[in-house]
Amino acid sequence: MNLSIVRRTLAPVAVASAAALVLAACGSDPDTSNSSNEDTPDGGNSEGTDGDAGGESLSGTLNGAGASSQESAVQAWIAGFQGQHPDVTVNYAPEGSGAGREQFTSGAVAFAGSDAALDEEELAAAETACGAPAVDLPLFIDPIAVAYNLPGVDNLQLGPVTLANIFNGTITTWNDPAIAADNPDATLPDTAITPVHRSDESGTTENFVEYLAAAAPEAWTYEVSGEWPSELPGEAGAQTPGVIAAVQAAEGTIGYASAAAVGDLQTAAIGVGSEFVEYSAEAAAVVVDASPRAEGRAENDIVIELARDTTESGAYPIVLISYTIVCTAYSDPAVGDLVKAYVGYVASDEGQQAAAAAAGSAPISPELQSEVQAVVESIEVG
Amino acid sequence: MTTTAKPPPAERPATTPRAKARPGDRIFSRSAQVAGILILVILAGVAAFLVREALPTFTADSSEIDGGEGFFSYVWPLVFGTLAAAVIALIVATPLALGIALFISHYAPRRLAQGLGYIVDLLAAIPSVVFGLWGIQWLAPQVQPAWSWLADNLGFIPIFTGPASATGRTMMTAGLVLAVMILPIITAIAREVFLQTPTLHEEAALALGATRWEMIRMAVIPFGRPGIISGIMLGLGRALGETMAVAMVLSTGGFTWSMVTAGNNTIAAEIALDFPESSGLKTNTLIAAGLVLFAITLAVNMFARWIVSRRSEFSGAN
Repeated sequence: MNLSIVRRTLAPVAVASAAALVLAACGSDPDTSNSSNEDTPDGGNSEGTDGDAGGESLSGTLNGAGASSQESAVQAWIAGFQGQHPDVTVNYAPEGSGAGREQFTSGAVAFAGSDAALDEEELAAAETACGAPAVDLPLFIDPIAVAYNLPGVDNLQLGPVTLANIFNGTITTWNDPAIAADNPDATLPDTAITPVHRSDESGTTENFVEYLAAAAPEAWTYEVSGEWPSELPGEAGAQTPGVIAAVQAAEGTIGYASAAAVGDLQTAAIGVGSEFVEYSAEAAAVVVDASPRAEGRAENDIVIELARDTTESGAYPIVLISYTIVCTAYSDPAVGDLVKAYVGYVASDEGQQAAAAAAGSAPISPELQSEVQAVVESIEVG
Repeated sequence: MTTTAKPPPAERPATTPRAKARPGDRIFSRSAQVAGILILVILAGVAAFLVREALPTFTADSSEIDGGEGFFSYVWPLVFGTLAAAVIALIVATPLALGIALFISHYAPRRLAQGLGYIVDLLAAIPSVVFGLWGIQWLAPQVQPAWSWLADNLGFIPIFTGPASATGRTMMTAGLVLAVMILPIITAIAREVFLQTPTLHEEAALALGATRWEMIRMAVIPFGRPGIISGIMLGLGRALGETMAVAMVLSTGGFTWSMVTAGNNTIAAEIALDFPESSGLKTNTLIAAGLVLFAITLAVNMFARWIVSRRSEFSGAN
């Protein structure tokens, strides 16, 4: 074999492959896009031209950041709001609740989305950044569904203690007497149970374990946080799609995820008092209305202390509330007007319906709606 | 192909009259110099940033670190997971890549070799997210029965202890996905090196009556060894740092010896998963973990350099 010919003809290939290699080396590491913020807004500065407060033709750029849980709802809100005000650009960087609160309290963004309300320290920091107190507005209520993959078993019902024991590894097969007791009519196979949880830190996990700790305190003795207790058995999936993919992948799996994401997976009805409640937007709204306000908050700061152990009929207790966090005063009138108009739209019927359609969230009740609208009205501008 | 490198100026015969430096020469040499210095500055900057941001982790009370027992006990399972996934990937990818490279360089008909080369290179251009999706949705369910079999029949070996994951999303699967991702890197480098084997060596081996396989064993592989090693090390670097595919495919969890159950995690995946919702000391801890990965990768690369330079008399490959 004449290698020199081979070489000559392969030379272009070699060059191309070397180039491909270099390209691959440069381009193959997009992984950090998760944590970096390429399209980070450069602050809440409005580029608006008209300083007229309350002018009909709003324009400019409004920047927010925060929870990825409300991302699809926020996208619907932005689309709807920009439809009404074509000259306005609203940006939302779904970098996570913690990042959103941090950027808000440092004054980098005009509003934040967060699965948790501001704590005292953050409230103080936000007051410095805003020049006035900041408030949390519960505008996104997302039921968390318990999805399972067990062909032949429909309408699974799980009481809170059973659910907690499944996820803490005490109950290991589907025909366990405790599950049978919750489902007298079902024929349960002896398939092994594989509980699936989130591998990343998330508000969904935090709300789910908060529910377990409140409704089944004997069975769930672990620390309540956004991170799943690492000592427990089971599988993990990265973010909501990862959990869904894991549940779809094998029989006998059970996981929790935002109700909008479960697709055609079966979901369990959860035991509340003496009945079992399927998740629905209405059932989620019921528990929010039945829950008291968190104590010690400022007047307009609407923070809900979810009654996870509620026995209210028709309430679905596993919900996530994601707040929109705004200042009660904005020194830059252009930004303030935009925030007022945008949050006003979000709290309106139209905004809530748009989120329900896009993200499967539960529209907030009319009472809560009017309360939020009053807070939005009271935002001082200029 | 790569022999076009100009001889260093020092070797220029002294009798040659010194060429007058033209503006083009000066501009080029200066910009090359700047580029060279810039990469050092960037690297130093990254290292300085990592160290600065990681410092609070080392000074903090050990009970405040994730896990409550200090940074070391937090990071070692991650280091183990990182190395385990990379080793699995290398064990699978290396023989395969060398086989492909030899086939392309010495066995395949010219047309086929060309096409195959392009296809392997194409593999390197697929984003890792796509590999992750492929891994979680297709590969994991396909290989799950194999892991179950390993757990049932070879469960006495610690790395195959059961029960096997029901979804197949294990270290082994993550290692397989990584193997596919590093395959083009090792293949491309090994192929280039094999093609550079001096024709005289090959022809001499054949003339002495060697079969083609014997010729490859006697002439091609010894010549290409430094190149093979640096290719493997580049692949290893990629496997160590790969984030998204592992984060998506692996069912992460605490430390376990078993490679066929859910559990373990890699440094890069841990950072990607936890960074978005992290704040305060947790962020510092993650960055400190990144610093550890940085150090591991640096060590691997320096080791590869050392091996290659030790055998630099073969030239071409480094």
